[in-house]
Amino acid sequence: MKKVKVDPKGVLTGSHYIDGDYAIAEGGLAAGCRFFAGYPITPSTETAERFSERIPHVGGVFIQMEDELGSIAAMIGAVWGGKKTMTVTSGPGFSLMMENIGLACMMEIPLVIANVQRGGPSTGLPTLTGQQDMMQAKWGSHGDYEIIALSPDSPQECFDLTIEAFNLSETYRVPVFVMTDECVGHMHEKVVIPPAEEIEVVERKWYEGPKDKYLPYKLDKDGIPFMVKAGDGYRFHTTGLTRDERGYPVINAECQSVVVPHLVDKIINNADKIIMLEEDEIDGAEIVVISYGITSRVAIRAVQQARKAGIKVGTLRLKTVWPFPEKRIKQLARKIKAFVVPEINYGQIVLEVERCAAGKAPAFHVPHCGGWVHDPNDILKVIKEAAK
Amino acid sequence: MAKLKDLAKMEDRLVAGHGMCLGCGIPLIFKVVLRATEDPLIIANATGCLEVCTTIFPRTAWNVTWIHSAFENAASTIAGVEAMYKALKRKGKIPKDKTIKFLGTAGDGGTYDIGLQALSGTMERGHDIVYLCYDNNAYANTGGQRSSATPLGASASTSPAGTQSPGKLQWRKDLTKILAAHNVPYVAQACPSRWQDLYNKAKKAFEIEGPAFLNVLCLCPTEWKYEESKGIELAKIAVDSCVWPLYEVENGKYKVNYKPKEKKPILEWIKPQGRFRHLFKEENAWVLEEFQKKVDEEWEELNRLASL
Repeated sequence: MKKVKVDPKGVLTGSHYIDGDYAIAEGGLAAGCRFFAGYPITPSTETAERFSERIPHVGGVFIQMEDELGSIAAMIGAVWGGKKTMTVTSGPGFSLMMENIGLACMMEIPLVIANVQRGGPSTGLPTLTGQQDMMQAKWGSHGDYEIIALSPDSPQECFDLTIEAFNLSETYRVPVFVMTDECVGHMHEKVVIPPAEEIEVVERKWYEGPKDKYLPYKLDKDGIPFMVKAGDGYRFHTTGLTRDERGYPVINAECQSVVVPHLVDKIINNADKIIMLEEDEIDGAEIVVISYGITSRVAIRAVQQARKAGIKVGTLRLKTVWPFPEKRIKQLARKIKAFVVPEINYGQIVLEVERCAAGKAPAFHVPHCGGWVHDPNDILKVIKEAAK
Repeated sequence: MAKLKDLAKMEDRLVAGHGMCLGCGIPLIFKVVLRATEDPLIIANATGCLEVCTTIFPRTAWNVTWIHSAFENAASTIAGVEAMYKALKRKGKIPKDKTIKFLGTAGDGGTYDIGLQALSGTMERGHDIVYLCYDNNAYANTGGQRSSATPLGASASTSPAGTQSPGKLQWRKDLTKILAAHNVPYVAQACPSRWQDLYNKAKKAFEIEGPAFLNVLCLCPTEWKYEESKGIELAKIAVDSCVWPLYEVENGKYKVNYKPKEKKPILEWIKPQGRFRHLFKEENAWVLEEFQKKVDEEWEELNRLASL
């Protein structure tokens, strides 16, 4: 992994009072994204609008496509053209992207998709918040593969984690999702953008060997294949079909048994390096509240009240949701009485907590169907029940 | 010929109480079009201004059977409804002589862009439906992003005009001609400023057997940025400048329904609209020239097709 300084043209150094959607656009520009293909969808459109306004000043391409299928397909094309690319969407658009997300995983395309989640299913609550696409982020496209998903809880983190998303996508040649929500997307807060010389980004893993020896899917020592730019004189093949090292289709079980484990293992085996968690007062806690995105900020109030009532509550915030912090949950499950998992859906990440806790500690869910954030009292009630 | 007095007496199928913007062209269009048939009517409506503004729970402004589809597939949805009714007729569950009309509708976002595939398939399969696109030149429901119907040089939120750009750089997609190329029985372009023409076309579209397509220019003071009360005047200029010519293609034969006595310059269309304001800067003069040139070329081509 080669780290380089960013192109200062994309970095809007200073303190800004902007919303999460704008911060995602700024994060992308700062990370060196110079290709954005998007399609308007509430509540994420502001990111596309910001990008369209900023990109002529930075240099690069903004294209509004005819739909979300077009957006992600154009991104895949642009990556083979050598660019860092991103898009932004919400539930229905995310659903439309799923087939091409699978293609990007199969082709091992580094790209970033921000999903400013709204209430679903279907058109659902276009203007109101939700955290209901968390499982879709992991399982939405068909077949076995792994992706990375991050979940910012503030406009500042929208900026920071979008840069991180680019770094992870380049490191592991994989689509990375910034799974935020309408509340964070539309929340205005101070966002500090550091000077360009303080931002380091991961450079694409360019192949530098002889032109006739390039194999697009031959794994390097770190398990990640090299990339080239189409048009630079390399003759290679890439496809959505199961393929060999040369990228040519090989349709049989033997090849599949190499490709699929690679797509999964390159993420799972590096989970410790990828996963970012934020923990508070977790030592000696009897209850651990696990949350992500806007819900982690709502949960703070409930946690404070529970602590006042004498309950030992720790918090664990998932900045990385996928890959899931399996190991950490297993460790905690042995020590604590129970997990409490508030999230703005009818039960998604709580299932992962339950799976990892494997019966050692129960996971109490605090559901919310979307449209608004939890009432902290509802979370407090469940913390109290779990502590009984 | 329909008289306004008689039409006014007909029951509204899109009733008052919707939440559309002051001066919006959508109700103008639908109040005329829905009067063009007295048969039972089923509407499939994609996500967009019309859908959002007419159905804020628990209210509805619809007096007909109405289905909301996803953004991209109003045409497929109405095709499914039509196919089902055909099957019910075949099985004798609906009398064979009962006429039911089917209307699919969306704005230009849901028709020109994301909905084009569904519309094309529906036309090709020959469903006996009418599809109406209310073309307000933008993704107005989500705050005015550019669509492929947005005119050259218009400033939209994802094609903003500024020091680096004169607004949208592409000429609009000619959807009416694309639909005509499907060789369906009836395709027409209309405008609410000439309600009689719009009514006639809607009537023809409903009565003709097989798929019919109507592309109707839809006023949008919010995104076009003009004074709301001047909408119909502006729509008249769209037609008189040949920016939006009124024509129909019936069984492959082009017919221009209205030829302005004196073709107005496009400047009259452009000047009142805030979305074109920046075009009067010196560096953007080429856009106005290009605009006029393209409108002239298209008008000439249309007349050539009509003369065949």
